[in-house]
Amino acid sequence: MKPETLRHDHDLQVEFVGLSRIQGPLVVIEGIRDVGFGERVEIVTSTGDTRQGRVLAISRQAAVVEVFHGTSGLDQERTRVRFLGRPFEIIVSKDEILGRIFSGLGMPLDGGPAPFQGEPRNVNGLPINPVARAYPEDFIQTGISTIDGMNTLVRGQKLPIFSGSGLPHNDLAMQIVRQARILSEETSFAIIFAAMGVRHDEAEAFRRNFEESGVLNNVAMFLNLADDPAVERLIAPRVALTAAEYLAFEEDMHVLVILTDMTNYCEALREVATSKGEVPSRKGYPGYLYSDLASIYERAGRIHGRKGSVTQIPILTMPDDDITHPIPDLTGYITEGQIVLDRELFRKGIYPPVNVLPSLSRLMSDGIGEGKTREDHRNISSQLYAAYAKSKQVERLASIVGEEDLSVVDKKYFAFSREFEKRFVHQGRDENRSISETLDLGWDLVMMLPESELVRVTPQEIEKYGKASHTRNQE
Amino acid sequence: MSLLHDEQTPIVSYVSGPVVKAEPGHLLSMNEMVEVGEERLVGEVIGLDGNTATIQVYEDTTGLRPGTKVFGQRMNLFVELGPGLIGQIFDGIQRPLDFLKEKWGDFIRRGKTVAALSREKVWEFVPALEPGVQIGPGMVLGTVKETEAIVHKVLAPPGCHGTLKVIAPKGRYTLEDVIAEVEGPSGRVEKIKMFHRWPVRVSRPYRKRFMPSVPLLTGQRVIDTFFPIAKGGTAAIPGGFGTGKTVTQHQLSKWADADIIIYIGCGERGNEMTGVLTDFPRLLDPRTKRPLIERTVLIANTSDMPVAAREASIYTGITMAEYFRDQGYDVALMADSTSRWAEALREISGRLEEMPAEEGFPAYLASRLAAFYERAGRVETLSGEKGSVSLIGAVSPPGGDFSEPVTMHTKRFVQCFWALDKELASARYFPAINYLESYSAYISAVSSWWEEKTSAEWKKLRDDAVEILQEDAKLQNIVKLLGEDALPDDQRMIIEGAKLIKNDFLQQSAFDPVDTYCQPIKQYYLLKVIMHFVDRMRDVVMARIPLFRAMNLPVVEKIHRAKYSIEGEEVEPFLKILEETDQQIEELLKRSREPENEA
Repeated sequence: MKPETLRHDHDLQVEFVGLSRIQGPLVVIEGIRDVGFGERVEIVTSTGDTRQGRVLAISRQAAVVEVFHGTSGLDQERTRVRFLGRPFEIIVSKDEILGRIFSGLGMPLDGGPAPFQGEPRNVNGLPINPVARAYPEDFIQTGISTIDGMNTLVRGQKLPIFSGSGLPHNDLAMQIVRQARILSEETSFAIIFAAMGVRHDEAEAFRRNFEESGVLNNVAMFLNLADDPAVERLIAPRVALTAAEYLAFEEDMHVLVILTDMTNYCEALREVATSKGEVPSRKGYPGYLYSDLASIYERAGRIHGRKGSVTQIPILTMPDDDITHPIPDLTGYITEGQIVLDRELFRKGIYPPVNVLPSLSRLMSDGIGEGKTREDHRNISSQLYAAYAKSKQVERLASIVGEEDLSVVDKKYFAFSREFEKRFVHQGRDENRSISETLDLGWDLVMMLPESELVRVTPQEIEKYGKASHTRNQE
Repeated sequence: MSLLHDEQTPIVSYVSGPVVKAEPGHLLSMNEMVEVGEERLVGEVIGLDGNTATIQVYEDTTGLRPGTKVFGQRMNLFVELGPGLIGQIFDGIQRPLDFLKEKWGDFIRRGKTVAALSREKVWEFVPALEPGVQIGPGMVLGTVKETEAIVHKVLAPPGCHGTLKVIAPKGRYTLEDVIAEVEGPSGRVEKIKMFHRWPVRVSRPYRKRFMPSVPLLTGQRVIDTFFPIAKGGTAAIPGGFGTGKTVTQHQLSKWADADIIIYIGCGERGNEMTGVLTDFPRLLDPRTKRPLIERTVLIANTSDMPVAAREASIYTGITMAEYFRDQGYDVALMADSTSRWAEALREISGRLEEMPAEEGFPAYLASRLAAFYERAGRVETLSGEKGSVSLIGAVSPPGGDFSEPVTMHTKRFVQCFWALDKELASARYFPAINYLESYSAYISAVSSWWEEKTSAEWKKLRDDAVEILQEDAKLQNIVKLLGEDALPDDQRMIIEGAKLIKNDFLQQSAFDPVDTYCQPIKQYYLLKVIMHFVDRMRDVVMARIPLFRAMNLPVVEKIHRAKYSIEGEEVEPFLKILEETDQQIEELLKRSREPENEA
C-alpha cells in the first residue's frame, strides 16, 4: 500500500521522538519520512503540553519545523513530534464564531467550545482569480470628512491607517466601525478583529467599543496579545481572514476586517527569518516581505455573483513616523491607498489627525460622483487638495517672511489652511457627518479663496454649490 | 519493471517554498520544463549540480513531499503562439484565467490545466501562399481575422525550411488542424498547424534592426511633447506608491497608438487587473473605434499569486510581443512593475543561497534587466515587414528612493525616464511626471515627424517651454524665501508663464472624457497658445504695465479651459484664442499709452 493513501486517515499520523537541533523558534527533526512541505505539526513536550508548528523545509532525511509558542522548555531527547499530514486549517461556521473571542491560532479564549461544524479550511487561502473579482465601487460612508470627502472608502477595498505610536489610530478605527455600519442597511454585516502583538488594554478597548455600539454579536475577535509568542502572529491574520472570506463569500455578509498592528506582524516575520539564517534585505526584513504582506492584504475584495465583500482596514504604526520605512512602504504598494495620521496635527489638538496630502484612496474615483455620492465630489475634492497643498507652501513662506508680508491671495490661503484643519479635518469622536455635509463644508472653505484660484472646479459648480455656500453662511 | 521506471524518473529530495531539488539530476537538462507530482505542478530546472537538479516551481508547493516523481518535459519553458491570444487574460505561465475560473471557480488552485490557446475555437484561415514555394521560418503562410482590429498572420514555425507541399484552402479550422505541409531538404515532411511554441527566455529572430524614429503617441502631453518615446523604444516610470504609476501605465495602454498592447500585471493588485478587465471592453481605441480589448493581451500575476511565476510573467509577455512584432505590428508592452519581478529574482536567489550583491539582489540583476530591455526594438521581420516592440516598465523604488539598485540599473538601459514625483502627486497634480528630472533620448529622433505633422517650429516651441520651466525652477528657490511679490515683473512673467504651462498644458486629467486623450495637433496648438501668450506678456512687461493686468485678461480664462473645452482635432478655436490674445494685449498696450498722451 502506498503511504499517500494512509496519510488521509487522521488516525494514522506519523509520530517521531527526539529533536536533532533547536534554534530560536525552529527545530530540526531527523530520520523522518513521508512528511510534506507546509504541513501542520504538533509538538508534545516532555511535560505533556502540546504546541503547534509548521514544516518550513523538508529533505529526505530531515524536516525544519517552526514552532508557534516558541521552543523554550523543549528538550532534544523526549520531545515528541507529530506530523498531521495536512496544512494549517481551521473550522468556521457563522453561528460558532460570531460574538466569540479566539486566540491567534483560532482556539477559543472565551471558555466556549471550538467550532466543529463545517469543513476544515486552509488558513493560507487561495488567490482570487482576477477574472472572478468584481471591481469595488460601492461607497461606504464613514461619517469622517477627511475619509468620505477626500479619501473615500469603498466596499472590498483595503485601506490601511498609517499611524505613529501614541496617535489615536485605534479611536479612528473604532469610529469607523461604529459609523460605517449604518449604511449597510440591506445585508448583514460582520466585523473581524485580528490583534497581533497589541497590549491587553487596547484589545479590551476595542471589545468594549463593540459592546457599547451594540455590535458585539456580529464580531469575531482573534487575539494575539503582546505577551503571546511572536511566531503565532504570523498565523493570526490568516486565521482571521479565513473566517472573513467564509462569512463574505459563503454567508453573503459585508465583512470589515481590522488588522492591528501590522508592524508587530512584520517584526515577527523578521524574527523568524533571521533565526532561519535567511539573507536579509532592507533593514533586516526578509526579501519576501512584499509577497508575504500581499498574501494578507490581497484577501480583500468582491467576487462576481456573490453578495458579500471583505473590506480591510489594517493599522500600522510607522517606526519613528517614517513613511519610507519598509513596512509602510511595502504596504502602500499593495493596499489601495492609505490614511496617514500626522503628529503635528495631533499636537494642534486636531482629531482625527489625518494629513490628507500623503493620504490616498485609489478606488475613490470609481466610488464617487453622480448616483453614488454627488456630481461635484471629484472636483471639489481635487480643489481642496490643491488649495491645501498650496496653503502649506504659503505657511512655509509665512514662517520666513512673516504673515504680514504675504500677498493678498496668499493671506487668504493662510487663513484657508487654518480653517480647513479646524473645521474640515477636525471633528468629534461621535460626530457623524453625511456626505453632503462634508462636501458643503468643503465648498464653504474653498469659497474663502478668490474664484480665479478655483481652477479644479467648473464655473457651473461654483454657481450651484459655491454660491449656495454663501447663502448658507448668511442664514 | 517498477525498478526500471524509478531509474528513469527523478524524484524530489528537498522542498523549501518554490525551490525543489530532485535526484538524479542527469535525467534533466538546464531550463527544462518539468511537472512535479501527481498534480503536475509546473516548474523549470534552474540549476544542475552533481546529481541534483534545482527546480523552480511556479505554483504553491504546500504538501509536496520528498519521494514525489518529477516528469521532465524535454523542452524549455515555452509559450504557445497563435490565434486566440488577443483579448485573453493569462497568468505568468500562460494559463488562461478565464478557463481556470470555469474549471475551479473563483479561486486559483494549482496543477496542470489545459493548453493556453483554445483547441475548440474555429478560425477562418485564408492562405497567402501557393504550394511549391520555398519557405523559411517567420514567413506568412496565411491569415486569420482574429478580431475586428487585428488580422493574425500565421507564421512558419522556427526551424521550418523547405518546399511548401500542401496548404489548406480557405476555410474554417481549429488549432489542431494541419494547415500546411513542408518538405525539408532531407525529404522529411513537416506538418504545420496555426500555432507553434517558443521558449520564453530566447528572443525571436529578425532580419535587421532600425533606429527608432517614429513617436509612439500616447495622447499624454507631458510624454508626447516633452519626453517622447519612439516606436521600438524603451522607457521606465519610477515612482513611490501613490504617485500614479499604474494610472499612467493604464493611460498608455489605453491610448498608445500601437497595434497591439501587452499588459503585464506583475506582482500588483488584483483589483487593478479587474479594473483593466472592466474598462477595456468598454473603451474605444481612438483610431480604430473598436473596443480596446480587441488589441490587448493581459498577463496577470497578482501579488498573491506564486512568486516564481511572477519571474516568468515578464518573459511570457515579451515573447508574445515579439511574436506580434514578427507579424509586422507595432507592439507596446507595459510591465507593472519590474521591481516586483526583481524581487521575485531576489526571493528565489535567496532560497538558492546565492551570494547577494546590493540590498540582497543577486549579482545578475543588472544583466537580466539589460537583456529584458534589449528585446525592444524596431526591426525588419523575417518576412520583410516592419514591426516594433516598445517596452515601458514601471519601477517601484522602496521609499521612493531612486538610488536603489532596480531603478539605478534600469536607468542605464532605458532611453526615456519618466520620474514620478511625490510632491506633485500629493497636490493631486497628475500626471505627476517631474519635468526637471525626466528625460528622453528620442527628442531629436522624433522631431522631424512632429514638424511634418504639426509645424516646423515644433522643436523650438518645446525647447522654449522647457527653458521657461527650468528658469521657473530656479526662481522658485527665491519665491520660497521671499514670496512671489518680491520679484520684478520680468521674472514674475516667467513664473506666470510656467504656471500656465504646468496647469494648462502638462496637467492632464485621466478621468475627464475630453482631456484623457490629446491629439498631436491639439498638443501643438495648446502649447502654441500658451507660448504665444507668454511672448506677448514680454511686450506688456516692456511697456511697464503691471503684469496682473495681463493675467486678468479674459483670454486667460479661455486658455485655462482650452484642454477641456476644445475637442478632437479642432484647430479653429485655437486660432481664435491666438487672435484674441493679440487683440486684448494690443488693447492693453494702447490703453496704457493713452493716459500718457492725454497727460
